[in-house]
Amino acid sequence: MMKLSFEVNGTPCDLAEIDTRTTLLDALREHLRLTGTKKGCDHGQCGACTVLVNGTRINSCLSLAVQHHGDRITTIEGLGTPGALHPMQAAFVRHDGYQCGYCTPGQICSAVAVLAEIEAGVPSHVTADLGAAPPLTNLEIRERMSGNICRCGAYSNIVDAMAEVAGVKA
Amino acid sequence: MPRLDMPESCVPEPPLRHVRQPLPHDSARLHVQGAAPYIDDLPEPRGTLHLAVGRAAVARGTIVTLDLSAVKAFPGVVAVITAADIPGANDIAPTLADEPMLAETHVIYHGQPVFAVAAETRDAARRAARLATIEIDAEPAAITIDQGLARGERVLPDYAFVEGDPGAVIAASSDQMTGTMHIGGQEHFYLEGQIALASPGESGAMLVHASTQHPSEVQEIVARVLGVPEAFVTCEIRRMGGAFGGKETQGSQWAAIAAVAARLTGRPCKLRLDRDDDMALTGKRHDFRADWSVGFDADGRITALDLMLAARCGCSADCSAGVVDRAMFHADNTYFLPAFRIDTRRVRTDTVSNTAFRGFGGPQGMLAIERVIDAIARRLGRDPLDVRKANFYSEGRHVTPYGQTVEDFSTGLALIEELERTSDYRARRAAITSFNETSPILKRGLALTPVKFGISFTLTPLNQAGALVHVYRDGSVHLNHGGTEMGQGLFQKVAQVAAEEFGIALERVRITPTSTDKVPNTAPTAASSGSDLNGMAVQIASRTIKARMAAVAAETFGVPVEDVVFRDDHVVAGNRRLEFGELAKKAHAARVSLSSTGFYKTPDLHWDRARGKGRPFFYYAWGAACSEVTIDVTTGETKVLRVDILHDVGRSLNPALDIGQIEGGFVQGMGWLTTEELVYDAAGRLLTHAPSTYKIPVSSDVPADFRVALFDDENRADTIYRSKAVGEPPLMLAISVFSAIADAVEAASPGRGVLLDAPATPEAIVTAIGPFDAATAFATLVSNATSRT
Repeated sequence: MMKLSFEVNGTPCDLAEIDTRTTLLDALREHLRLTGTKKGCDHGQCGACTVLVNGTRINSCLSLAVQHHGDRITTIEGLGTPGALHPMQAAFVRHDGYQCGYCTPGQICSAVAVLAEIEAGVPSHVTADLGAAPPLTNLEIRERMSGNICRCGAYSNIVDAMAEVAGVKA
Repeated sequence: MPRLDMPESCVPEPPLRHVRQPLPHDSARLHVQGAAPYIDDLPEPRGTLHLAVGRAAVARGTIVTLDLSAVKAFPGVVAVITAADIPGANDIAPTLADEPMLAETHVIYHGQPVFAVAAETRDAARRAARLATIEIDAEPAAITIDQGLARGERVLPDYAFVEGDPGAVIAASSDQMTGTMHIGGQEHFYLEGQIALASPGESGAMLVHASTQHPSEVQEIVARVLGVPEAFVTCEIRRMGGAFGGKETQGSQWAAIAAVAARLTGRPCKLRLDRDDDMALTGKRHDFRADWSVGFDADGRITALDLMLAARCGCSADCSAGVVDRAMFHADNTYFLPAFRIDTRRVRTDTVSNTAFRGFGGPQGMLAIERVIDAIARRLGRDPLDVRKANFYSEGRHVTPYGQTVEDFSTGLALIEELERTSDYRARRAAITSFNETSPILKRGLALTPVKFGISFTLTPLNQAGALVHVYRDGSVHLNHGGTEMGQGLFQKVAQVAAEEFGIALERVRITPTSTDKVPNTAPTAASSGSDLNGMAVQIASRTIKARMAAVAAETFGVPVEDVVFRDDHVVAGNRRLEFGELAKKAHAARVSLSSTGFYKTPDLHWDRARGKGRPFFYYAWGAACSEVTIDVTTGETKVLRVDILHDVGRSLNPALDIGQIEGGFVQGMGWLTTEELVYDAAGRLLTHAPSTYKIPVSSDVPADFRVALFDDENRADTIYRSKAVGEPPLMLAISVFSAIADAVEAASPGRGVLLDAPATPEAIVTAIGPFDAATAFATLVSNATSRT
């Protein structure tokens, strides 16, 4: 058992006693009752549990909560508000970027981070020129989103939503 | 207003406010905020216990020792449940009483649940479940179809459609071929795994929240295991995180275990399967073996087909009757068979019971016939599309092997001819042929394949639906029906129908969870029928209420009731107007009921299974896809370059949702036929029990050039707003990808395209290609390069 303090969606959170084996995903869902982040495979293979830690996306099921002492966590609940959706959330609505919705929080967190990664010049597997800024292309977006399974197959709409937010044609 | 009994196509369609609009999914704004609760997100009732199951580690045998003392002693464990503890019947099978909730003496598949643990935490339950000592006297197991065929056990009797003497006709034909194809199964991998939360109520009642496509069956089975009347059990589901057929029967066991645990402990109990358990313990799409002989003429026209479909059904019947029958119903696809034997084996194996999966056997039957067509084309050196057209249903050649006439074959043919044009098929065929001539390592392939999918449950009694609609005094509407929402957008489509009927804003229609205490005795949401059945039931319920309200309005306005129109949130007659909620208030004051059920059954269906003749389908949904692929002959790596789809949804209720179904169905079908491979070891253990080893299509696998269009043609059958079902048919559009890969294999190794098995993994592709002369290929490459410089 350990004490853990971190910031979740802009609010300081203290967990007085947490089992050190608790994953960040379970800490969010079961201790903080933030159920927007989903458990799909619990093995880091489906992406449903993607959250942002200090702005970087991770699979929260593969990370222990106690590793995040002092970190800034953003979950789907912290991206926007019902009255003011995050632009990525609004774009997913406009483009039908989901069907069953279960992977959607992870897809959106991932999508927000992907655009930030490209902006920051982080290369991907399909980036041809490692010396140049990665281009904002359909190919780059699809490659970078390939860690988030959508079993309903709404991928084209997800890419369209991201392209709209990024201001490019998918 | 059109009269209820007047076909809508006879009158011009009035302007529609909601129906046909590309509206987003009903939960769109909730989904993007993570605010749409699934069962695991619901607040747990006070005292909720968590469950885990203990599994048998052999595929077939007899339990000789079951020592649960360590499980019981584990801290946090509240109860351990075995078959002996079940208050009612130990039977979770949908029909044949051939599958127990927990194994008693016999083990019938590797991983079968033997006991369940209820503990204060999920972690404690999972840890404790591993502490049992289970000794099993193992027997030889049949894992594969071939092992099952060799052993000779069936879950259901053999069954065939036969016309004429196909053997004699094939022998007398100018040409004939034979072949065998193995077709793999498929894991559903609904992102939300199986889950149920059971809460005990007063006097033996049980409320079960279950992620199921079939709440009425969960209710029935929970009542059965508890030994209580069905009226004591309520099953509720607001939404599933995907299902795809995997929650038609496969949710029942977990709901039953949760309910028994809740009864025995007196506390709410939640069972959420861990993903690896979910993949190992729930049924999948049936894998098939297809053995065929075909006779044909010089134009490639089939004279007779002799097809044997053997399906791995697993340890019990489950829905195998319907699945294998549907494979037979689609073994013609769009082609006329003058003589045939379409025979089946429903093979029992010592594996998890295979089950419903989008297409329900149709895809396997259709893939078999499409590969036969491809084989004929190769033999004759003709373009497969020409052989497809030569065999297409046509005037005088339009009776299916099961006796139903295909009246709209011209719709199907027009659709493929339009796609042939819009996909530029012929020019691309020529370009690919010339590309392949000079490219020894990379080979391209192209295929345009049609889909004809029969719409209706082939078990006729399932073709019924109920609805419950209330109008409140403020003019808001409570909408409920027997259909379940799994992402397909059913709730939105049905809400559009209700809002259209009352002439009110969609926001006034409150969509509510599916529950067996509101609409009883429902069919599963399956067979693509959700909107067809529930849309009609809701329309009927709404019209009942509307007629009563119209009478009130007519009296108020002093006009004939025929003059009363519901539109723009008002009821209107001439120059008189009343706001919809005001009318509801008036009707209530006049003691008029504002609540109604609605009931619909699909008309004109009959099926005589003993004779193998009838009209099992209300109508057909058509589609076609043209796919182009590249393969690397040295590695078997595949890339899908471009896909063009033209699909028939009748007059769409909601084109945005329909296009989503088409794209998603195609992607899922592509996964089935390319990367998704289920591997069992010799002991019957599923080795691919997580997405790390079971490859599901992701964003980067979707064709870079993906063009999807709706074929604009109203449904000839009198369906809800002349729309057509869309859930399953698009999955089979992906057969075009498989045929295109086989086309590329043929280019690499003439005569061997027909050898490709599904899924077309890199391994399957290089196996089909066979011995490959790498030295000559690279020499050709070098020579090509030199001649260019």
